[in-house]
Amino acid sequence: MSEDILRMRGITKRFPGVLALDGVDMRVKRGSIHALVGENGAGKSTLMKILSGVYAHGDFEGEIELEGEPARFRNIRDSEESGVVIIHQELALVPELSIAENIYLGNEQTRRGVISWDTTNGKAARLMDKVGLHENPQTLVEKIGVGKQQLVEIAKALSKQVKLLILDEPTAALNDSDSENLLELLGQLREDGVTCIIISHKLGEVLAVADEITVLRDGQTIETLHTVDDEVSEDRLIKSMVGRDLEHLYPPHTPEIGETFFEVSDWTVYHPEHRDRIVVNKAAIDVARGEIVGLAGLMGAGRTEFAMSLFGRSWGGNISGNVTLDGRRLKLNSVSDAIKAGIAYATEDRKQYGLHLDYDLRENFTLPGLDKVSKKGVLDLHEVTSVSERLRGEFGVKAPSVYQLAGNLSGGNQQKIVLGKWVFTGPELLILDEPTRGIDVGAKYEIYELIHELVDQGKGVLMISSELPELLGMCDRIYAMSAGHITGQVDRENATQEELMRLMTLETASGGEELRQ
Amino acid sequence: MTIKTTAERPSLLTAVRNINLRAYGMIIALVSIMVLFQVLDVVMQNQNFITPRNLTNVILQNSYILILAIGMMLVIINGHIDLSVGSVLAFCGAVSAIALSDWGLPWYLAVLVAVGTGALIGVWQGFWIAFVRIPAFIVTLAGMLLFRGLTLKVLGAETVGTSGPYNDLASGYTIAGVDLRMPTLVIGIAGAALYVALAVRSRSRQVKAGIAGSSQAAWLTKVVVLAAVIVAAAFTFYSYKGLPLIGWILLALVLVYTFIANRTVFGRHIYAGGGNEKAAMLSGVKTKHTSFWVFVNMGALAGLAGVIVTARLQAATPDAGNMFELHAIASSFIGGASMTGGVGTIIGAVIGGLVMGVMNQGMRVLGVATDTVQVVLGLVVLAAVFFDVWNKKRASAGPIVGTTPGGSGEAKRKGGGPDGSGPAGDKPKDKEPEPVGAE
Repeated sequence: MSEDILRMRGITKRFPGVLALDGVDMRVKRGSIHALVGENGAGKSTLMKILSGVYAHGDFEGEIELEGEPARFRNIRDSEESGVVIIHQELALVPELSIAENIYLGNEQTRRGVISWDTTNGKAARLMDKVGLHENPQTLVEKIGVGKQQLVEIAKALSKQVKLLILDEPTAALNDSDSENLLELLGQLREDGVTCIIISHKLGEVLAVADEITVLRDGQTIETLHTVDDEVSEDRLIKSMVGRDLEHLYPPHTPEIGETFFEVSDWTVYHPEHRDRIVVNKAAIDVARGEIVGLAGLMGAGRTEFAMSLFGRSWGGNISGNVTLDGRRLKLNSVSDAIKAGIAYATEDRKQYGLHLDYDLRENFTLPGLDKVSKKGVLDLHEVTSVSERLRGEFGVKAPSVYQLAGNLSGGNQQKIVLGKWVFTGPELLILDEPTRGIDVGAKYEIYELIHELVDQGKGVLMISSELPELLGMCDRIYAMSAGHITGQVDRENATQEELMRLMTLETASGGEELRQ
Repeated sequence: MTIKTTAERPSLLTAVRNINLRAYGMIIALVSIMVLFQVLDVVMQNQNFITPRNLTNVILQNSYILILAIGMMLVIINGHIDLSVGSVLAFCGAVSAIALSDWGLPWYLAVLVAVGTGALIGVWQGFWIAFVRIPAFIVTLAGMLLFRGLTLKVLGAETVGTSGPYNDLASGYTIAGVDLRMPTLVIGIAGAALYVALAVRSRSRQVKAGIAGSSQAAWLTKVVVLAAVIVAAAFTFYSYKGLPLIGWILLALVLVYTFIANRTVFGRHIYAGGGNEKAAMLSGVKTKHTSFWVFVNMGALAGLAGVIVTARLQAATPDAGNMFELHAIASSFIGGASMTGGVGTIIGAVIGGLVMGVMNQGMRVLGVATDTVQVVLGLVVLAAVFFDVWNKKRASAGPIVGTTPGGSGEAKRKGGGPDGSGPAGDKPKDKEPEPVGAE
């Protein structure tokens, strides 16, 4: 048997008009953790779909060898029978079913055609133990957190006698401690002889856990690095991924901060269903013209809820407090009120809340600002198209034309559309919720430049991010939020990750308990 | 992301390949069905199917379905469904017949009564659907029973006859004493000319701004073919008795509603709300109000269709409009609507209705029994939607780079329930289980 469990040679995959993979080679050593990195659109997901049989043999050119044998998967079932299991970024679990049922979904444990629940639950419990998931196998999946759901997926893969486990962005939705657990688990699986391929944007994580790293760029293999032998640093990886030196991760910028123009005080929001639960508690912030203000907080701190409740009460119940813009007190009862008042909110979840993926760029760009391209409710279609064309250029959206569907673009380009559609409404204050989530390094840099342009025009930006380095790199001032309270603010000079983390985990007198329930 | 465009020469072949089957497929289907019946008729009965008389009959016999289909298309685009239109139609027709015959109102007021009643019913249903957030399927299922019952009640299980100019709405060929034969030809030719002029103007603006969406050849073909179709249709109707009054009403409805759908903010809001309600809401679209008005509009159109049915039968009957809702829904789906909302065109709904109407008429002329006709129409609905699904698959194999085609878990993820708790109704649920401390 050869040392390599997997060899892919000359993999080429075409979509009509686009060459997604161009002769990709990749080797994975048995019993290793192999990371696959690259910008969005580099072809990582396509390559893994080919490996896992999503694209059938014959749909692409090139050869796959699994354990020295040529592999010709016609579908996912074929690949799973050969021990290749892929776990997608969006988990494929049925929330209404139990953990055990999910683990054995499609592989039901039966005796003479009847499901044996004892076997199902018993075997599931052993697998769960192996992955460190301490729950009752009969607990419904919807009752456990995303981190644990990820473990269920891995247990499910183990139940299929997995030899090669592919994880697509496994930690994207996890917090730090869950991510750590998961990466530790991958190390354990390696001991047990399971080979892992992990796709990730988090380079620090990749460097910590992977034995080898393959870099893809523009559908081609750039290089494979050995973390032990080669000197690999984050900068080195980034350079390889984007094909250029990124002097700094954040573009240089000299802020020109004007007067404070946007103020929120005493802002309290209750949960829309659990009416007695306070989600945002007497929050107060202000933003000046030309200023980028950060909002840091852990999951569940209430950042998004705070932002959305400001944005025309689009989330929450029993909202109270004051908002003033340029000294005027605002009454924002609906999203359209907020837009008219000059507030924009770019959501953290582009696909579900931010865009119409089935519609083209024109419709996405102009939707919130339709009144700008219409007279008395009648649209000027010519104007719609030319405005979109202009925004496409200004925001550097890489799409062949404005007639392209938003759903066919990469995450970075979709995010640019989201920014574009909000800038088109002519806002004074932009609330950007996780503006660079799930997008690659190169596109992040472009988004940062766009944000700088916005504040240079005298607008204010309130930026929510879970990545502390990003907040430190971009913001002139950062608020920290914990359990619904604003627990403090630090300005650029004094901001450190440690200080922010301290504020973000500060137990407040009343907030902490309520959120724990 | 990098798109590597493989070399493309603007050959005729690529032009043909790039034809948007979804947009033109229905027209092609309608024409081929007509040609098929023409051939069958000539072979089996030695007569023509495509005659001015037959085409006029198709319009007359399907006018009310087409009116319903226009409203239904908007309802479906907005992400809902309306099962009640058949009953609403019957009720409005009954009220209008009573207004005409028993109360002695002039015909135009009787029409207004029907449309107003329909709109009020739309207010009722729209309220429950849009603001109380009860699924449209349930509300209109209730409405289907409710208004059928009310129809029986107001009619007392009898028919109420109608007479006079009211009946001309469904089958007349004159308006205010003017015969419509000559105007059909004149307006048809003028309309074609106007269409060409508008198309040229918009094209030249687009080309000047460098934002043309299609190739010159494709555009030219489209304009020439459409203009020819308009003139040919005008001439066909002219050579019988002219376009009947109801044809003019339909034409006006198609133009007005196409304009609303494509060129007004309200229209775009209907699409946006159906395509992704949460994203639309967060873009400032008043999705609830939009849905509400879509149902009011559906009610009003059902009222108008009620007038046409009553006028055609020259009486309001308790079982008028039975199953019409299903025909209207089928028309929309044949015409390219998507079950998930956000997709569809007014002209598509009308063509979908015409496909069913032509098949119905064609088989009847051939002497096919009613039971067989039903079977065939059922298969046609399935085939049309299959074609749509297949075409979508074909299209989605397109340039997808850096996305997750068929993105696995996305569809399975639970959306916010109809609880009106705002677009992020289920968000904290995802977050809660996360441990708060991360030290």
